[in-house]
Amino acid sequence: MQRRRLEKGGRIDRSRPLNFRFDGKALQGFAGDTLASALLANDVQVVGRSFKLRRPRGIVGCGSEEPNAIVQLGDGATAEPNLRATQVELYEGLSARSTRGWPSPDFDLGAVSGLLGRFLGAGFYYKTFMRPQFMWPHYEKILRASAGFGTTPDGPDPDRYEHRNAHCDVLVAGAGPAGLMAALTAAESGARVIIADEQGEFGGSLLGSAVEIDDQPATDWLRETVSRLTSADEVLMLPRSTVFGYHDHNFLTVAERCTDHLPESERGGPRQRLWRVRAKQVVLAQGAFERPLVFCDNDRPGVMLASAVSSYIHRYAVCPGERALVFTNNDSAYRAALDLNAVGARVLVVDSRAAGAGEWGEQATAAGITVLKGHIVTGTAGGKRVSSAKIARWDGDPTKTVDSDISVKCDLLAMSGGWSPAVHLHSQSGGKNRWDEEQHCFVPGERTQAQCSAGAGNGKWSTAECLQDGLDAGRQAVEACGLQAGKLSVPPTSEPETNPPEPLWRVPAEQDPDHCPKQFLDYQNDTSVADIRLAVREGYRNVEHVKRYTALGFGTDQGKLGNINGMAVLAEILGKTIPEVGTTTFRPAYTPVSLGVLAGESVGDLYEPVRKTAIHDWHEAAGAPMEIVGQWHRPHYFPRASEDLHQAVERECLAVRKGVGVMDASTLGKIDVRGPDAVTFLERIYTHDVGRMKVGRCAYGILLGEDGMVMDDGVMARLGEQHFYLTTTTGGAAAVLAWLESWLQTEWPELKVYLTSLTDHCSTIAVAGPNSREVLQNLGCSVDLAPEHFPFMSVRPAELTGLTVQLFRVSFSGELAFEINIDSRHALSMWERVMTAGKSFGITPYGTETMHVLRAEKGFIIVGQDTDGSVTPVDLGMNWLLSKDKDFIGKRSLSRPDCLRENRKQLVGLRSFDGRTVLPEGTQLLDRPDTTAPAPMCGHITSSYMSPVLGHPIALALLAGGRARRGESVYAALPAREPLAVEVVSPPFYDPQGERQHV
Amino acid sequence: MLLIECPWCGERAETEFSYGGEAGISRPEDPQALSDEAWADYLFNRSNPRGAHRELWNHSQGCRRWFGVQRDTVSYAIEGSYPLPFDGKNYAG
Repeated sequence: MQRRRLEKGGRIDRSRPLNFRFDGKALQGFAGDTLASALLANDVQVVGRSFKLRRPRGIVGCGSEEPNAIVQLGDGATAEPNLRATQVELYEGLSARSTRGWPSPDFDLGAVSGLLGRFLGAGFYYKTFMRPQFMWPHYEKILRASAGFGTTPDGPDPDRYEHRNAHCDVLVAGAGPAGLMAALTAAESGARVIIADEQGEFGGSLLGSAVEIDDQPATDWLRETVSRLTSADEVLMLPRSTVFGYHDHNFLTVAERCTDHLPESERGGPRQRLWRVRAKQVVLAQGAFERPLVFCDNDRPGVMLASAVSSYIHRYAVCPGERALVFTNNDSAYRAALDLNAVGARVLVVDSRAAGAGEWGEQATAAGITVLKGHIVTGTAGGKRVSSAKIARWDGDPTKTVDSDISVKCDLLAMSGGWSPAVHLHSQSGGKNRWDEEQHCFVPGERTQAQCSAGAGNGKWSTAECLQDGLDAGRQAVEACGLQAGKLSVPPTSEPETNPPEPLWRVPAEQDPDHCPKQFLDYQNDTSVADIRLAVREGYRNVEHVKRYTALGFGTDQGKLGNINGMAVLAEILGKTIPEVGTTTFRPAYTPVSLGVLAGESVGDLYEPVRKTAIHDWHEAAGAPMEIVGQWHRPHYFPRASEDLHQAVERECLAVRKGVGVMDASTLGKIDVRGPDAVTFLERIYTHDVGRMKVGRCAYGILLGEDGMVMDDGVMARLGEQHFYLTTTTGGAAAVLAWLESWLQTEWPELKVYLTSLTDHCSTIAVAGPNSREVLQNLGCSVDLAPEHFPFMSVRPAELTGLTVQLFRVSFSGELAFEINIDSRHALSMWERVMTAGKSFGITPYGTETMHVLRAEKGFIIVGQDTDGSVTPVDLGMNWLLSKDKDFIGKRSLSRPDCLRENRKQLVGLRSFDGRTVLPEGTQLLDRPDTTAPAPMCGHITSSYMSPVLGHPIALALLAGGRARRGESVYAALPAREPLAVEVVSPPFYDPQGERQHV
Repeated sequence: MLLIECPWCGERAETEFSYGGEAGISRPEDPQALSDEAWADYLFNRSNPRGAHRELWNHSQGCRRWFGVQRDTVSYAIEGSYPLPFDGKNYAG
């Protein structure tokens, strides 16, 4: 039975009852309800427990500011915590759990900590749970469980999300009277308009008030306006869509909840959509938040915002109480008093102002409502619901204590401490806020982007003012877009004149602020006035520090409700004005946004592009596990039968050393360089003497940054007088091309050089090993492969089995080797032909792991593994690559004092004395076997493998002053072991003279 | 997210571009002739102004051309973009 539901009225559909569950209990609401309104209709008062003190808490608001009614929907992979019941639209079968309180919010075992409340002041975590330090993991576990912010999903999100880009002339955030009027003005002036509102229904404050527009209920005007917008050509209307981020250059992000309001069986398509909107002009019409009043025990269930009470009555036909006390310092709460009175509740108004309200007060008195002017509520009583309130006469002095002389029974306390415009998006855009001395609130001030605020968000309170402000904002926006504003006027409204509010930040109590019952500022974090006072006593002055120490505004509502009150209280204690204290920083997101909608489609297979070589399918069919290098998927090794990585790599390595192996090296970056100035250009980029290279020859080349550090390496081949072919590392391909382009375009635009990336167009098959020449001969190679005709480090155009290739005689394994460069269309076919031609030699495909072992045996580096951006060619022992006869990028840096230091880390080889331990890569090296902290570290291991051909482990390392330490011992620091002595050796471990590649 | 005008492709979102730092820094003619201080100045020191800043951008996800942008480092407002080399008056904006 919906005990609190009114018989008529509201925007709910009584013909569509909906069944739902809250904490397992079966309840019923109507279509059009939120979870919060349905709970109130069912008279569910306690919806959660407070974070720290475990006090019972009820619904306070009716929108995104709700701090208490935080619920969890869904289970397993679709679990969603931290939803505000006030924003969850009811649907058939909805099942929600409160996220705080165990075993239930109604009966919470943790509530005993409420009795310890006086020991749990500001910063209590820092003070209480920090010592002894080893106990922290235990404390943390208990704290996390008792904090009870719901449970996170336990599996991958099965829902689909999408991103969409949009452009418009005018984006309107918020569809209350101001936003609708702005959108209508813009739309009827021919502008492209997007209007977004976080609620399921447009209308904002009009949905929950008795105001009349054009002598009709406001909702009639609303219906007509929405239908005019709907029929306009260039208007995109986005309900259930929160503009949550305002970024540079009028780029805004909007989260649309497409299906969350539907029963699970009716959901289809994306669950949520992220709109990425670039708007020429923005109108911010997000309204304002009503502030609570800060009196003792202002957190009991049944204490609500006055505007929320009006909303529940008008929009949802729920009257949250029968005996209502309305406590206010401004006129707006009189609406709630009149609304409550109209639906039959007994109402008493307590107005802190001696003068009370003007016209609003007269209306209330005329309706038979008792108004106590110059009175305040000093405290409440009650258990799981407020049962009475104490009232005192007040002379307007906030510093004195007062004596309460009246006690009133009530089951609802509607409060209003004034209004704070939602300046969040204005602030995110870079705008400043201004303190309005008359309205006692921050209003949008100076702007930095093409936007303006309108309506309550701009400090305009009456519906008439909001409509006018929206019209003006809409007109201003279309004119800024270069359009002619249409002729629209504001319809007349019926609302009494409003008197200004009176500041009342902390309501005086019977005791001083440090000893009175708690006066809560932030319900979600249990931050009270006493906590702020304690923080100040302990030395915190800056509002950002006080926020972090007391957790004020840390919750899911991000201080929408309590922050201004908190800052005002801080100002009062510090003897400053509120603008002097200022606000904390407003950052995106305005309200919580799901991670799913931020990720959009970029999950799973679409997370990152996958690059596959032309031969990829063959590798997969051969059962090769893939190693991901950049975006490339490369075969890691080719296991036979039950081989593991080590067994396969050992076999592959020995095949290359003793027979022949074949590797897909297609992922190497390849850049074609042409032009009359190609030599001049490459001379400036590469460190070696490019001009001396003969056509048909190759050279190993390195590029340095201007700081002298090794950036990339590869083979340079001279294909013609003005034609070069560069290879880069797999990961460096794009960066090297961009690097070359940047010099050509910005520094030397006069050079005639053209760069073309061939990385994807051209595939590379490396055939390596003593038998590689025979394999190529078997392929009917058109080029004489004899060393005197085709020596090491040369390149020839050739035909292999009738296919045209560029044949390189280069080697990354130290063996006799050839690289076949071929158009990617023919690469798979050529690979298969190589396999056939090599069959009689037992040709063995090998993967990246074997490639790494083979090159490490030869002491060849891998840029990015053996170097890290702080390594010069001198550190690597590559002085022979540095031309003395020309300048090149980075050359001057090599003679900077730091690059000449003798104790720089230099590349060395390491051998462990025990002959079996493969040291982990990244292992730190020590001069002495002493690990007493802090042990001075003199280097680290960059590459480490078991060498099958040598039968012992090998490692490359960067060691301080390493080259002069050959033959010495250093010590590898190993986890949970004694440091292991290793010998410093010269890097080539195998064939140090390099004879094998020359045969 | 900045809206940047590529002199060749028009206004595009920042995600299509990559940043190249301060514009107008020429590589010294003869680096070997410079003192360590003068070389370090070229290498590391930038003007980092508050306000108008000429900087290089590359339309890396588009036409791959480098160009110059004048941007306010406080408001992030872009005053104009121009093809290289800068001649003092070739703003597109």
